[in-house]
Amino acid sequence: MKKLIVSPAPHLHGKETTKSLMRDVVIALVPSLLVSVYYFGFSAIKLALVGIATAVLVEYVIQRYIVKTKITVNDYSAALTGLLLSLNLPPNSPWWIMFIGSVVAIGIAKMTFGGVGQNLFNPALVGRVFLLVSFPVIMTDYSIPTSWFREGIDAGSGATALSIVKEGLAKGMTMDQIFSQNEFSYAQMLFSKIGGSVGEVSAFALILGFIYLLIRKVIKPHIPLAIVGTVVVFSGIFWLIDPTHYTDPMFNVLTGGILIGSIFMATDYVTSPMSNKGMIVYGVGIGVITMLIRNWGAYPEGISFAILILNACVPLINMYFKPVRFGKGVKHG
Amino acid sequence: MSKTFSVGGIHPKDNKISVGAAIENFPLMETAYISMSQHLGAPAEPLVAKGDKVKAGQLIAKANGFISANIHSSVSGTVSAIELLPDLAGNLVQHVVVKVEGDEWDEKIDRSPEIVREIKLSPSEIITKIADCGIVGLGGAAFPTHIKLSPPPGKKAEYLVMNGAECEPYLTSDYRIMLENPEEILIGTRIMMIALGVKKAYVGIEDNKPKAIRKMKELCSKQYRDIKIVSLQKKYPQGGEKQLIDAILGRQVPSMGLPIDTGVVVQNVGTALAVYEAVQKNKPLFEGVVTVTGKCMTEQRNFRMRVGTTFESMLFAVGGFPKDAEKLVSGGPMMGKAVARIEAASVKSTSALLLLTEEETKRKPEANCIRCAKCVDACPMGLEPFLLNRLSRAGRIDDLEVNMVQDCIECGSCLYVCPANIPLLDTIRLSKASVLKIMRSRPKK
Repeated sequence: MKKLIVSPAPHLHGKETTKSLMRDVVIALVPSLLVSVYYFGFSAIKLALVGIATAVLVEYVIQRYIVKTKITVNDYSAALTGLLLSLNLPPNSPWWIMFIGSVVAIGIAKMTFGGVGQNLFNPALVGRVFLLVSFPVIMTDYSIPTSWFREGIDAGSGATALSIVKEGLAKGMTMDQIFSQNEFSYAQMLFSKIGGSVGEVSAFALILGFIYLLIRKVIKPHIPLAIVGTVVVFSGIFWLIDPTHYTDPMFNVLTGGILIGSIFMATDYVTSPMSNKGMIVYGVGIGVITMLIRNWGAYPEGISFAILILNACVPLINMYFKPVRFGKGVKHG
Repeated sequence: MSKTFSVGGIHPKDNKISVGAAIENFPLMETAYISMSQHLGAPAEPLVAKGDKVKAGQLIAKANGFISANIHSSVSGTVSAIELLPDLAGNLVQHVVVKVEGDEWDEKIDRSPEIVREIKLSPSEIITKIADCGIVGLGGAAFPTHIKLSPPPGKKAEYLVMNGAECEPYLTSDYRIMLENPEEILIGTRIMMIALGVKKAYVGIEDNKPKAIRKMKELCSKQYRDIKIVSLQKKYPQGGEKQLIDAILGRQVPSMGLPIDTGVVVQNVGTALAVYEAVQKNKPLFEGVVTVTGKCMTEQRNFRMRVGTTFESMLFAVGGFPKDAEKLVSGGPMMGKAVARIEAASVKSTSALLLLTEEETKRKPEANCIRCAKCVDACPMGLEPFLLNRLSRAGRIDDLEVNMVQDCIECGSCLYVCPANIPLLDTIRLSKASVLKIMRSRPKK
C-alpha cells in the first residue's frame, strides 16, 4: 500500500517565495540601472557589479566559514542590497568605496543580526551612511564621469541641486538667484537629473519601478505615499510662507533621493512596520525628519538618516499600531 | 458590483475543474460503515444490535446529549458489527457496520420527484423534525442544525444568511446542487426562516458561479421574494460565517461572539437542501453530494453518495488510485482534512475527496521571516500571524490572548501566502487551543 502524505491544512501553498519577491525588487530597479548606464556608462556598471559581487560573497563567506549555517545567497536578498547601495553612490565613486560599503552593509548591518529578516536597520542604508561619514569628500563629489555613449556635458557640476541650494542660501542668495544661476528644470530632474547618485538620474525610471512593484503586489503604496506626501506638505508650508528661502515641494520631491529612498529603501520588508497604520506613521516620520535635516541640519539631503532613525522605531510602531481587527469598532447589528 | 468582506482574504486559483460534471448516483456499496461521530458534540448512541435488519432512513443511533445528532442507516441490510474503526485521521470511532442487501427505504420517505412547496409545519414542529432527521451543518463544521435554529434566550435572529459561496478551491458540490436543485434549496431556506421567525434571507454566491446566481435569482424574483441572492467577489475565505455576514450585511461579529450576536444565523445551501428533504419529504440525512476531483485524475465527478462510503471505493469508482497522487483530502484544499486511512468512510458533512500530487501539496523548507506582512494582509480576522507564531513558539500564552489568537478561524490564508514557508497556522492552532482552554476555565462574570 502506498504511503499517503498526511499534514494539517492548508494543503496548497501560494507561489511567492522570499526569492521571487526579492527578484521582483531587483527587476523593478532595472529601468533605473539602464538609465544610469546610459548616462554614466562603465562607471555605473562597475559599481553595480562590484556591489552585487561583494555583497553575495561576503554573505557566502560568513555563512559558510564563520557561522557555518545554511547558505541563503541565492535568495537575491544580498544581491539586492549590493545593487541598491551601488545605485545610492555618486557616479564617480571608486570601486573600493563600493567594496567597503557592501562589506559593511552585509557583514555588519545584516549578518551580525542573524541574516535575512533579522536586521534592525536597512543594510544598504547602513552601508551608505557609513561611507558618507567616513569618506565625506568622495561621497559628496557628484561630478559626472565620461560615458561610453555620450560626453559628460554636465561634467562641471560637482554638487547636487540640494547642496547647491544649501550653499547658495548660506551665501545669502535668494531662491530665484540660485535657480537662474544653475538653470534647474523639472524636465531635467524628471528624466536626467543634474548631480545625484547613480540610481536617481531619472525620476521617471524610479516611478516605473514603483508601478511594477505595486502591480506585482510586492509592496503597498502606503510608505512611499506617506513620505512623499509629508515632504510635499512640509516643504509646501514653508515655501508658501517664504519662497525666497525655501525650495518648492516639487523640487524637494525630485531631488536628494526622496524617490529612490521612499520606493526602494523605506519599503524594505524587514525594517518597515507590519500594519497599514504603522506604515503611514513610519512614512510620515521619515518625511518630517528628512525635511528637518534639509532645512536646518548640516547635510543637504537627509532621507538616509531619516529612514535609519525610523528603522529603530519600527518595533515600537509595531507594538502600538495594530492592524484593524475584525469585529472592532464596527456596528454589531 | 459584487460584495465581499472587508478585512484580509486571499485569491487562490479556484481550480473548479469538476463544475461541468452533473450529479450522478454513486453505485451502492457492499458494506456501509456508519460513524457514530458525524457531528460536532457527543457521539450518538447506537439503537441497533448485530444481526438487526435495517432500512435506508431508519434511525440507528440516538443523539446523546444537548449537542449531538441522530444517525440513520444509509442503506438497507443487516447490521454485521458495531465496533471501533479508524476514522479518516486514524482515530478509533464507534461505527455501525451494515452489510448491504438491496435498497429498501423507510416507507415514510417520499421518493417522488415532485417538489413540495407548501410548508405545513409550525416553527417548533420544524425544529423537532430537523432534529429527528439528524440534520447537521454541511458547510464543514457539522454543527447540529436544530440547535443553531434555536437561538439562546435573549437573542433574536433578524436575518438568515445562506452560504453558497463555496470559496474553497476545487469544490463544486454546492454549485451543482444550486444548479440542479435550486428550488428545493429556496424552500429549505424558507423552512428555516419560519423556524427562526425571520422575514428576510440572503444567499451569498461567489461570482465565479454565474449560472447558479442567474438560476437562483430567477426563482427568487418569481416566488421567493423574501430571499435575496447576493453576488460575491471570488475571495477566500468568503464562506467563513463571520466573513459572509460582513460581506452581505456589513455587520461584524465581535471577538469571541457568535453570528447570533449580530442578529444573524448562517446556514449552508447544502444544509437547506437537507432541511427541505427532511421536512417536506420525510427523508433523514443519510446521503449527500461529494465532489471527487484532482488535477492528477482523468475524470472529475460529482456523486450523490450514501453516508458510510469508504474513500477506497470512491477511488475505485473513478478508476483507481492515480499514480502521482500523494495526498488525499476530505473537503477543500484550504481547510479539509488529510486522509490517513483510505478504508475510513464518509460522513454527513463530507463534501469532497480531493487528490493532490506531491508537487501541488508539498511544503517547502521553512526560511527566516522577512516581515513582509503578507500574512497580516491576508488574515481575514485582522490578526498578526507572524507575531502569533513567534509568541506560540515562545509559549507566551498571556501575550497570545492580548493579540487575540482566540479569534483565529484557522482558514490557512497566512500559511498559504507566507513566502518563507513558515508553518504559521500549525503553531497558531496549537496555542489557540491552550488559550481557549484557559479562557473557558475562568469563572464567568
